[in-house]
Amino acid sequence: MHNPAAEIRVRSPAQRQWLRAGLAVLALVPFSAWAQQPAPQPLDTSIGLIYRPQPAPSSYDAEAAPEDEGLAGAKMGIADNNTTGRFTKQTYTLDDIALTDDKPDPVAAAKELVAKGIRYLVLALPADAVLAVSDAVKDTGTVVLNAGAPDDRLRGAECRANVFHILPSRAMLTDALAQYLTVMRWRKIFLIVGPTEADKAYADAVRNSARKFALKITAEKPWTFGPLAKARGDTPTRAEAMVFTRGLDYDMAIVADEEGDWGDYVPYRTVDPRPVGGTQALTPTTWSPVLETWGAAQAQNRFRRLAGRLMRPLDYQVWAAVRTVGEAVTAKKTNDPAVIAPYLVEPEFTLPAYKGVPLSFRPWDHQLRQAIIVVQPKALVSVAPEQGFLHQRTPLDTLGVDLPETTCKFK
Amino acid sequence: MSRRIVAGLSVVALGTWVALCGPAAAFTAYVTNEKGNSVSVIDSNTMAVTATWKVGRRPRGVTLSKDGKELFVCASDDDRIDVLDTSSGKVVRSLRSGPDPEQFILDASGNPLYVANEDDSQVTIIDIEKNKVLAEVPVGVEPEGMGLSPDGKVLVNTSETTNMAHFIDTKTFQVIDNVLVDARPRFAEFTADGKFLWVSAEVGGTVSVIDVAQRRVIKKITFKIPSVNDEAIQPVGIRITKDGSKAFVALGPANRVAVIDAKTYTVEKYLPVGQRVWQLAFTPDQKQLFTTNGTSNDVSVIDVASEKVVKSIPVGLLPWGVAISPN
Repeated sequence: MHNPAAEIRVRSPAQRQWLRAGLAVLALVPFSAWAQQPAPQPLDTSIGLIYRPQPAPSSYDAEAAPEDEGLAGAKMGIADNNTTGRFTKQTYTLDDIALTDDKPDPVAAAKELVAKGIRYLVLALPADAVLAVSDAVKDTGTVVLNAGAPDDRLRGAECRANVFHILPSRAMLTDALAQYLTVMRWRKIFLIVGPTEADKAYADAVRNSARKFALKITAEKPWTFGPLAKARGDTPTRAEAMVFTRGLDYDMAIVADEEGDWGDYVPYRTVDPRPVGGTQALTPTTWSPVLETWGAAQAQNRFRRLAGRLMRPLDYQVWAAVRTVGEAVTAKKTNDPAVIAPYLVEPEFTLPAYKGVPLSFRPWDHQLRQAIIVVQPKALVSVAPEQGFLHQRTPLDTLGVDLPETTCKFK
Repeated sequence: MSRRIVAGLSVVALGTWVALCGPAAAFTAYVTNEKGNSVSVIDSNTMAVTATWKVGRRPRGVTLSKDGKELFVCASDDDRIDVLDTSSGKVVRSLRSGPDPEQFILDASGNPLYVANEDDSQVTIIDIEKNKVLAEVPVGVEPEGMGLSPDGKVLVNTSETTNMAHFIDTKTFQVIDNVLVDARPRFAEFTADGKFLWVSAEVGGTVSVIDVAQRRVIKKITFKIPSVNDEAIQPVGIRITKDGSKAFVALGPANRVAVIDAKTYTVEKYLPVGQRVWQLAFTPDQKQLFTTNGTSNDVSVIDVASEKVVKSIPVGLLPWGVAISPN
């Protein structure tokens, strides 16, 4: 890109004269030695991605997870890093491994990537896999970027020094929803909890958020009617499901259904006309096709051109993980993880990620601070932190586990 | 000798005449309404909307031909630039801008037009008379801000996701250098002497002042407003007075325009304007500064001499850019 002839044009007349005199010299001396800003050294950074494609749905599902969920986000992140890299002589490549029934082991996949020299691993995997991988690569200096596990324990008692959490914890998500309820003065919550461990963890997060923001859980019931949202048409259980919401005093029903089996069955079927939120209906999340502010429209368009479909939260989270590496490598001009990992928690590191505010990592648990959008399927409803929620550091720290409460101790 | 005196006298006379004629000559401000798909036309004297013109979808960047007779509007979602006749308010033709044009700047000679294609990581250079693409220059991700050196020799484009100011030679259409700035650079403005380039970083919350000869950031201006979160301070539009004394920076959702001593880089005051203020434009006499306030759907008018907001004018949905006629 450096064109000495072009560069001469923009210099002062005095310099130009000197240059004319020195043109012969210039022809001999490499241009970069002469320029004020030394030409950057070429640098190639390989980023690994381990993910598990969702199995195809057994019957028609209008919004089934696409096979390349997450992977497509990584590809966009790599493309974005390379566009920037054109000017800094940095190149980025993606090495992805899809876990399948034949090749199910995330640790083996991680070791395979690390053996190739890869030192940045983006994981779109559940919490146990994140822990297993981070422990397995601990001694290699590899930086692990968690893009798929919202579990608070990964940011708490089971935190790891080599793991950075790109997606918000459940506590951050439910705090975002709780802030919205506070703004709306909907203080009474009816909590409906699904059967899985993830559902129970989400419900725990809701209870903690309710305490934190002085909301009241006035009723709580387990969901025992099966995956009705995935059942076809109507069923006799409908009446039963309605009865189960009868005689309760609440402003909003919060559903804890991370699998998406039944949460969408609840809105408009409660006995009393009440709004529904949580894992379905009004949802705190990282991304939605309806997000268009803060430049998000450009990212949506870029993604749709690249993947031929809409961008999903996991795509966004993997994209942000890949961009985190690109942003830090650009700033530090090295891809040495021993330089990059400590830099990520410095105040100088910020990630622009279409949230209107710079995102940064919390040093105490390596969680990416971020604004959280509260959306219904067709519209952005609100953005947390809500106005008026203040914090001495940044309002972003009103979401999730703050420094005084953290149980994370990096070893 | 005597001729010079006569000439001098007539300048004095002209000055007196201008002074007697009231506050300012009447200019016309054109404001693009991103969600209104329209342009609001404002009389700078009465500070009232005189017309609303229909344009293509998602109008953002806006500028005028040198003679003020043609108005250029980026119709981002229609992948074209609409050219309006300012006497009729009608779209008379469209330019082939490349995909998703967002901001542009007209060459000092009146042609060509340099366009940032936000979705396509390139700058397109268009001959506006022949409606012909002269060059496409690859730049960083989400190119947006466009600045032109006063001598017209260097074009600067900022790319929002690459976080760089790209210096482009306007003769060869080659990128000659790149300067890294803070996150999400939105706008580039040269000082009138061409020595410095100011670049705003919306997410970084700063304005970088770049020494143009050395292509090096020599100063980062930061902002602090009591009772406003640091995250809400998001610098976008920048305008610097011709005499190089003052700079005005729009601070987005902080709903303020910062007034900066452009020599010492000291922020002197924050003027409260409408909500989510992005772009700014001076009247040619530099007596007034217009701001586009996206969320409150209005335009604030700042009296430059007194540094006071004198008027708020309701316009269309989500006002984005503003250009003011030279006459």
